[in-house]
Amino acid sequence: MWTFLARRIVQTLPVLLGVSIITFVLIYLLPADPARMYAGPSATVETVARIRHELGLDQSLVVQYWTYITHAVRGDLGFSYRKQIAVTELILSRMPYTLALTLAGIFVELLIGLPVGIASAVARGKWADRAGMFIALVGISAPPFWLGLLLLYWFGFRLPILPLGGADEATSIVLPALTAGLGGAAWYARMMRSSTLDILSTDYVRTARAKGRSLFGVVVRHVLPNALNPIITMAGMDIPWFIGGVVLVERVFNWPGVGRMAVEAIETVDVPLILGTVIFTAVMVVASGILIDVVQGLVDPRIRHSRQS
Amino acid sequence: MSKKAVLSLFIVITTALAACGGGPTPSAAPAATQPATGGGPEKGGEIIIVYKDDLATLDPAIGYDWTNWPAIKLVFDGLLDYDSGTTIQPRIAEALPEVSADGLTYTFKLRQGVKFSNGRELNADDIVYTMTRVLDPKTGSPGAGFFVGIKGAQEFIDGSATSVEGIQAVDPSTVQFTLTAPDVTFLNKMALNFAFIVPKEEVEKAGENFGHAPVGTGPFVLKEWKAGQFLTFDRNPNYFFEGRPFLDKVTIEVGVEPDVALLRLEKGEIQLMGDPPPGADWTRISADPAWTDRIEVEATVNTTYIAINTTVAPFDNVKVRQALNYAIDKQRIVQLLNGRATVANQVLPPLMPGYDASYTGYDYNPDKAKALLTEAGFADGFETSIECISVDPQPKLCESFQQDLDKVGIKLTINTLAAPNVIDDAGNGKTPLVWSGGLAWTQDYPDPDDFYSPILGCDSNVAGGWNWSRYCNETVHARSKELLSMTDREGRMAAYKDLFKTLMDDAVWVPVINGQYTVAHSDKLHGQPTLTHPEHLFSYETMWLSK
Repeated sequence: MWTFLARRIVQTLPVLLGVSIITFVLIYLLPADPARMYAGPSATVETVARIRHELGLDQSLVVQYWTYITHAVRGDLGFSYRKQIAVTELILSRMPYTLALTLAGIFVELLIGLPVGIASAVARGKWADRAGMFIALVGISAPPFWLGLLLLYWFGFRLPILPLGGADEATSIVLPALTAGLGGAAWYARMMRSSTLDILSTDYVRTARAKGRSLFGVVVRHVLPNALNPIITMAGMDIPWFIGGVVLVERVFNWPGVGRMAVEAIETVDVPLILGTVIFTAVMVVASGILIDVVQGLVDPRIRHSRQS
Repeated sequence: MSKKAVLSLFIVITTALAACGGGPTPSAAPAATQPATGGGPEKGGEIIIVYKDDLATLDPAIGYDWTNWPAIKLVFDGLLDYDSGTTIQPRIAEALPEVSADGLTYTFKLRQGVKFSNGRELNADDIVYTMTRVLDPKTGSPGAGFFVGIKGAQEFIDGSATSVEGIQAVDPSTVQFTLTAPDVTFLNKMALNFAFIVPKEEVEKAGENFGHAPVGTGPFVLKEWKAGQFLTFDRNPNYFFEGRPFLDKVTIEVGVEPDVALLRLEKGEIQLMGDPPPGADWTRISADPAWTDRIEVEATVNTTYIAINTTVAPFDNVKVRQALNYAIDKQRIVQLLNGRATVANQVLPPLMPGYDASYTGYDYNPDKAKALLTEAGFADGFETSIECISVDPQPKLCESFQQDLDKVGIKLTINTLAAPNVIDDAGNGKTPLVWSGGLAWTQDYPDPDDFYSPILGCDSNVAGGWNWSRYCNETVHARSKELLSMTDREGRMAAYKDLFKTLMDDAVWVPVINGQYTVAHSDKLHGQPTLTHPEHLFSYETMWLSK
């Protein structure tokens, strides 16, 4: 187990290095001049040149990258051009919000997706199945921005039971988590429906039913444990999706997460902040990959044993 | 010179930017003016204002956009400020400075008893420190360029001098600036946020973090800043302007989409929207009598234009450029913007001193355009292209130009790009036409030179500059230099009318619209004389809440 973990962690280093190089080159190739962005439009050409020098942008790409990466390994991701704060500090201040929304969103996905999926499978072909899958289709298709505004309008404004955005109250997370989770819940429902159908048609389920077990008992005892593995994989893949992909949700609800900050950084060509958020996201993607592997090993003895052999 | 769009622009999507800074409207003359609404301002209360964009910094030497300036003005003050219009007033200075006969030396007497919020009294050394800090390359101030006309500034920047010769503290309450050439806009420059006074000890204590731990002499003090969420400001007990401010507390929340902000305003959770209400909502609320007391429309001092690259064929032919001016239907652009703009016919916007109200410019006349094109040898038209930023509604407006030009035989290709790319291409002459929508030129200060030197003058006709027409007329240029030393204000403004008429005869732009700023606020929130101001945008110092 530990050698497996150590090997997985060592494998991630080239990935992170590659991500940082690609991002660096891409930013370098941008037609927009970060020094010009920093200086503002009315700055004279001399002022821009001076600022470029102060920011070290007049050095060669290799020198700039070397300076960056040697600082980065020490945890120093540089200083945001626009926000005038250390990038590490900025990301750390936003990370708890992103993680909270990620966990709450995945919770919503599972809470809604799993029961709907199982119910649809059990009631296959009946109206409940069709209704469930129709709602799932709507959930997948609804743009989060629209859904978010709609929820805000009804629950925040018309019957004001939840805050109109922000992150000040404990209940603030409810609407963003619902918005972020509803679309995903639909995927989980479809996924759960098809794996439940597969499992329900297996021999051991038929045997269990023949022995007189109730349908409910079969679902709890046999279907759920066996359907869990793909669900864990999906939830694991959701972590990076949430970290990078809930920008729109963060925007509508004024949720102070990393994603929104990343978009702002790109819009202002804030190079250190773009690099910092990309590398942070890469770390999270890699870490959630490792997490899936570990959890799957814990849940499924077959996987654990195959690794040991 | 300039427009501060840039930074915030990229951040989102707003239209161009703007104005010089923000701050208390009426000058420092400590006589409280009566609010327009009748009934005296009431003391006390708290307001919340929301913005979509995050606030970058409160360091006056760094902040350079539309969201930053009014916030910086909460905490800081300069030697000079504006009245409720475009007239300069003394602020930390006791009076307007004494100017030497040669126009090179400006002597400021400081107001007595002005204290920083840390309790220390301000003195002339603080002014010297502040201005030297702005010029210091290590500060990386985008505003340094405004002050390179001070004697010794260039030597200091180049590192051949350790101080700036032309900035001297004569005694603790007198400071003197010496320029290398006369410049009547120097006073305007001293009213910019870059010249707002900072205390040395606090800057050194905070280091790089000063923009988040600011200490100034302004009406409020920063209490708490939660990055990406909100900033709160309390009244400054040491404020030199007795009786001000009226409010006890101001909170700026950031990251709020305008749709949501409007809902929160309707619910009474916030008092002021920093961003204009969204277009669809604007149509609804501007027609609703219940909103009359809650919305304001203020002309902004900017011009949005089509820059014509005068160095490439066929636009090196003045007749073709004039034809373009006749061919564009500007009224339709105003319609496409829900009426939130007015038609422009010259380079200067109406609020700018030097604007020529009697000038009529080019009317919409496709026949005349066609005749001019025929004269120029393009009876069959030609093909060309325009760059527009890809943010709504700009591409839509460019399509309108496309249709207009099609009527006179010009085939226009539209290239929509991200704002930084448009700026880069336009600044390097890589496109024949540029639509400046979203990047409109907005004043830094109310002087007509701000609409000439940085965008149409020879000095700005450099790669990466803002002279997108790549235009340089030596005669006009020499004249503009003379005008910078002309102290007879009326004569000077008359001269600018001639200067800009020459530019319009040369058809270097198609001026299309002058923008408007639309604001929605609580009906309990008042200001003097209105909530919005052409220079300051928002004047927190004079805002007050009725019960």
